[in-house]
Amino acid sequence: MRSWLDRQLHLIDFTLGSLARRKARNFGLLAVYTLLVFALASLSLFASALRSEAAHVLAGSPEVVLQRLVAGRHDLIPPGYLESIGRVRGVQKKEARLWAYYRDPRSGSQLVFMARPDAEVPVGSVMLGTRLAAAAKLNVGDTLAFADYRGQPYPLRVASLLTPDSELQSATLVLLAEADFRAFFAYPAGHYTDIALSVRNPLEVGNVASKLAAALPDSRPILRDEMLRTYEHIFDWREGILLTVLVGVILTFAIFAWEKAAGLSAEEKREIGILKAIGWETSDVIRMKVWEGLVVSLTAFASGFLAAWVHVFHFGAPLFAPVLKGWSVVYPEFALFPAVDGLQVATLFFFTVFPYTAAVLVPIWRAAITDPDLVMR
Amino acid sequence: MLFQPAIIALLLAAAVAVLMLAAAAPFALSVLREWDIGSGSERQLVLERRTYLFSTLVSFVMAIQLATLLLFVFNADRLAVMFVGAMCAVGTLNVNAWGFPALIVQMLVFFSALVWLAINHVDNLARDYPLVRAKYGLLLLLLPLLMLNFWLQYRYFSGLRANVITSCCGSLFSEEAETLTAEVSSLEPRAALWLFYAGMSVAVASGLLHWRRRGRLDGGWLGIAAAAGFVIALTGVISFISLYIYEHPHHHCPFCILKTEYDYRGYALYLPLFGGAAAGMAAGALQFFAAVPSLRAVLPRVSARLALLSGAGFLMFTLLATWFVVNSKLILIES
Amino acid sequence: MIEISAVHKAFNQGQHNEYWALQGIDLRIEAGKVTAFRGPSGSGKTTLLTIVGCLARPTSGRVRLRGEDVSGLPERFLTEIRRRSFGFVFQQFNLIRGLSALENIILPALPTGRPRAQLVAAAMALLEQLQLTQRAQAKVEWLSGGEQQRVAIARALINDPEVIIADEPTANLDSTLAGEFMGLLASFTAAGKTVLLTSHDPLVVESAAVHRVVAMRDGKLIEA
Repeated sequence: MRSWLDRQLHLIDFTLGSLARRKARNFGLLAVYTLLVFALASLSLFASALRSEAAHVLAGSPEVVLQRLVAGRHDLIPPGYLESIGRVRGVQKKEARLWAYYRDPRSGSQLVFMARPDAEVPVGSVMLGTRLAAAAKLNVGDTLAFADYRGQPYPLRVASLLTPDSELQSATLVLLAEADFRAFFAYPAGHYTDIALSVRNPLEVGNVASKLAAALPDSRPILRDEMLRTYEHIFDWREGILLTVLVGVILTFAIFAWEKAAGLSAEEKREIGILKAIGWETSDVIRMKVWEGLVVSLTAFASGFLAAWVHVFHFGAPLFAPVLKGWSVVYPEFALFPAVDGLQVATLFFFTVFPYTAAVLVPIWRAAITDPDLVMR
Repeated sequence: MLFQPAIIALLLAAAVAVLMLAAAAPFALSVLREWDIGSGSERQLVLERRTYLFSTLVSFVMAIQLATLLLFVFNADRLAVMFVGAMCAVGTLNVNAWGFPALIVQMLVFFSALVWLAINHVDNLARDYPLVRAKYGLLLLLLPLLMLNFWLQYRYFSGLRANVITSCCGSLFSEEAETLTAEVSSLEPRAALWLFYAGMSVAVASGLLHWRRRGRLDGGWLGIAAAAGFVIALTGVISFISLYIYEHPHHHCPFCILKTEYDYRGYALYLPLFGGAAAGMAAGALQFFAAVPSLRAVLPRVSARLALLSGAGFLMFTLLATWFVVNSKLILIES
Repeated sequence: MIEISAVHKAFNQGQHNEYWALQGIDLRIEAGKVTAFRGPSGSGKTTLLTIVGCLARPTSGRVRLRGEDVSGLPERFLTEIRRRSFGFVFQQFNLIRGLSALENIILPALPTGRPRAQLVAAAMALLEQLQLTQRAQAKVEWLSGGEQQRVAIARALINDPEVIIADEPTANLDSTLAGEFMGLLASFTAAGKTVLLTSHDPLVVESAAVHRVVAMRDGKLIEA
């Protein structure tokens, strides 16, 4: 065991020296390899950050949201609708919600206005996300004015700022009192946007939804789990499509790696010949070259992944954002919070290290079977 | 549902393994036909050198299988959120009929590759390479297994249909979708406990016996005991060990114990278990060749070492499992 | 020590450029002596050394090392025997450029898995014996021809082999250095090692340090 370990250490030692001796030659490969890892890792980190943002948003939302449909279109909840649901087994709480989209002409972004009970947000005041406040240079106590349904400014005082749990959630959120909300939008009295139902037992959600659908044929229950599934699926699917496109790139890289590994320089061939002549066995040479591959792979993987991390979480992934973000449900701008999972790293490893290793195996073997008596000829 | 990163990776890995071995198959055939250890011809030298390629390839395939095994389970766990009623990997694997067969074949490939490598190792210790033909015959058998593996994975993944809202309006299909049971049929705890400890004692004892005696018979027995022990160990994990780890009387999942929430205790259990089972099976397989004259000196040595590994692996697994059970707050059996 | 019987060696067998480098060699080599192979280039002396030194296998015939038949062994075992029993000094020295003298010397011992400290100590002892201690850390391409050869010799000795095989060892040395080399040969035999070398340098073949000269031509022995 001890001698086995020493032997591997010797081989690693030798291979590190041999890589250092051929810096220029290995640098090209390492650069391309790192670039590949960088591209794939950026993609994957970005997608997973979006996923976790979405999951985060949904985590705080109710298990079931009930919307009313009129002629297949989403419509307001009329007065008395909430009461007509009656008691449904498994539903812990039901609440009619008031919320709206508002396009702010100054910032050009889509805001979400949500009415809260007067106890939380007093009439005449608002609560804003920190990002929104910072963008409009607003502090607590300042007054701001949005244009109401007639286009007239509607002054509101900033009561407090929301501490962001997740950027996505509060980046565009504006909380105001119900009276202000109705006045601002001229929302008909007694009407609501939708109904939120909380269901404690996750196994009950399906039953609750089907009971609701049966009792209120003009309603449409939306389950949180279904939203979550949809988000997951969409992001995975987008990432997968991009990866499929990138398979061509990976393949090209594998061919490049094969070429690099197969095209040994005369100097390197001579070295292997010498090693074999002085007592290295074919499998020693293979092991040495495998260590070399591992060193190169791990270096490229680590540096590429790190660069991708910086790219995505510090710079907001300028290279991939347009492809992955463009979905109406996801808000237009937000900073990503670092999120990584093991599966993702493992998958990434498969897309980079695996093709590389598979591509260099045969060239490694070819090099290793050099005739030991070559140097005597 | 093929356009998921992890699924693409898994299919890619399975396909590359098949392609590599398929490309190598003609060479394996020529080794079978032309091998003549007594010849000093250049042709023989070429064949001998090819053997290095095969052992490298199979080692690679084995390493990849081990990695894909993990990825497969991880991925199944992650996908659970997309299927109504699936709470973890078990649910995802049950989404269609191909999930569990794919997992089982994957494990089979891993064990077969390990056994092949053990045979290869022993063969390389004898100066006349007595097992070359047997080895390459077996290698050609590994190829269909790899193909089966790929096919099952393809069937499984292409058959997955996420229960997803297809337009942004939302629709309800939870009511139509059959609820998948995440529960695995399980044994009554007391019986499971008995079976588990009996099985593990036999496996450990068989390992130690062969380690001391090095006989052909006890070696063959170890092979059987290790394979059976593996199945019994998994049954044990499903029927009670996992319950104690989760501290939940109905959560029978053998995969969730790999998660962070359970301090990766699954790895601590599965690593010695897989190692021990593979070593035991390899020792058993080697006994087929125990009578080869040039292997008489080396084979028992290797097989005894494997037996020790196997015994140690099963022992460690049992001790860890016991420790998890004893330290759990869950009480299944009133004493 | 080494017995060779009816050894033939073909290159490119079965092809149009088939060439028989050795055509039936029978020879016994004694332990602890210096044996020189002499002959024009193409006479097969180097090929014979590669076969004796377990670098290559004969196409037919037997090679016995201490009574053990090694001619039919697969490369894996030949390498093991070669590493244990033979040390090589090549005509071009064949040192690995970019590595220090010390690193070059321990190369043949790396696959044995001996701890590094042990290997370095052994290499330093050899360097001292060859009066090269001060050059241990120097890259080999900075060494003079004579120094390079001494590094090559130290490398051949690192695994403490019984047999030293030297192919045209003095071809790249001037007469003074060649003379020094012959002095070293005497110290090897004094230490009980067997030496096999090829040369057409009269200085070597006629030296007193050489116990036996074997002449070859066209793949056959002409006087032994």
